[in-house]
Amino acid sequence: MSLSKDQIAQRIAQELQDGFYVNLGIGIPTLVANYIPKNIEIMLQSENGLLGMGEFPTEENVDADLINAGKQTVTTIPGSAFFDSADSFAMIRGGHVDLTVLGAFEVDQNGNIASWMIPGKLVKGMGGAMDLVAGAENIIVAMTHANKHGVSKILKDCSLPLTGVNCVKKIVTDLAVMELRDGKYHLLERAPGISVEEIQQKTEAELIIEGEIPEMIFQ
Amino acid sequence: MAGLDKVVSTYDEALAGITDDMLLMVGGFGLCGIPEGLIQKVSDSGAKGLTCVSNNAGVDGFGLGKLLEKRQIKTMIGSYVGENKLFEELFLSGEMEVILTPQGTLAEKIRATGAGIPAFFTATGYGTQVADGKETREINGKMYVLEEAYPKADFALVKAWKADRHGNLVFRKTARNFNSMIATAGKITVVEVEEIVEPGELDPDHIHVPGIYVNRVIKGEFEKRIEQRTVKKA
Repeated sequence: MSLSKDQIAQRIAQELQDGFYVNLGIGIPTLVANYIPKNIEIMLQSENGLLGMGEFPTEENVDADLINAGKQTVTTIPGSAFFDSADSFAMIRGGHVDLTVLGAFEVDQNGNIASWMIPGKLVKGMGGAMDLVAGAENIIVAMTHANKHGVSKILKDCSLPLTGVNCVKKIVTDLAVMELRDGKYHLLERAPGISVEEIQQKTEAELIIEGEIPEMIFQ
Repeated sequence: MAGLDKVVSTYDEALAGITDDMLLMVGGFGLCGIPEGLIQKVSDSGAKGLTCVSNNAGVDGFGLGKLLEKRQIKTMIGSYVGENKLFEELFLSGEMEVILTPQGTLAEKIRATGAGIPAFFTATGYGTQVADGKETREINGKMYVLEEAYPKADFALVKAWKADRHGNLVFRKTARNFNSMIATAGKITVVEVEEIVEPGELDPDHIHVPGIYVNRVIKGEFEKRIEQRTVKKA
């Protein structure tokens, strides 16, 4: 079975390390916050100006002055900090955020990512995505491996307008965990019950398969 | 107004001098931390042909959406702008020009404007259409795009939580967002606040924007509409 959105998030949460400052994009990445291991300490950065984002508020605690980058009402955790947008992107551009998780329409073997614009459809804007991909040392892309017709989104060359170049390091899809090294994707893990053949068939980019590929493990 | 006292009591005074074709910068992220009354006053003024620098463009009928309704914006510069239907129509029909700018670049361009820095290099947008027509340069093995600051805004419209009469500002939570940079980038900076206090009442160590950047302060009333009310069960 291919992974659900929640399972993709759950698998990405295994990449979090104690003491990390993490920026989670909108969509599947946001769900990662629900699976942070209990035994580690993480600070979530929200690029509108908050470090230490907490869970959604109860109805009585809703505060219009306290939102996340998706414009949702949120809360803070003890030890949080507020700052302005210039500071926020100094953290991002300056490489201070340990891990960025974001979604994508397409990635390619050059490490390029396309996530903000589909020509012919209304373009709302890139928000902070271009800054995040340009600044982060460590990026995980959360996406579906292929479109609903089975056509790969892991390409030799992105076909859509780019968000950033040469920045993708690791991708977690509904089928696999893959790492980009020297212009080739290396298959690290597969979703439970998904064959290596299916992953190969749905990956247009150059794919390296070495030895036995383990299934992902969910606690 | 006298001496360092920046407080004005009417919106007419707050936006005295606004005319067609001006460059405005407007604080806020989504609907959080927007100068609601000042935007209403721009709408009432009927000023047209405006260029607006603001991260977002409001929603239908609220925030900058009010200026869209009256076709007052000629050029919109922001990072994420499609949260209203009217915006879509004006954009697709070509009635309004839209310049999409990465959020961090937008913030830094505004900061640079206020700080007297004409341009800066950033990796953001390199290799994308954002870099089209811009100078690029390799520095220490990495490619960067030259981004220019904006001209100073004819009016910088800011929302703060508290101000003292000298225009020293304190923001609240994530309503700070673009407001603190925009406050520095105006020929005339107007700040709409929830509370005005006397000089000396704000702890100098806790001031987010010093009053030197601020020209006018007005006490406003705020609806503080929420775009995405998300709650957990109690």
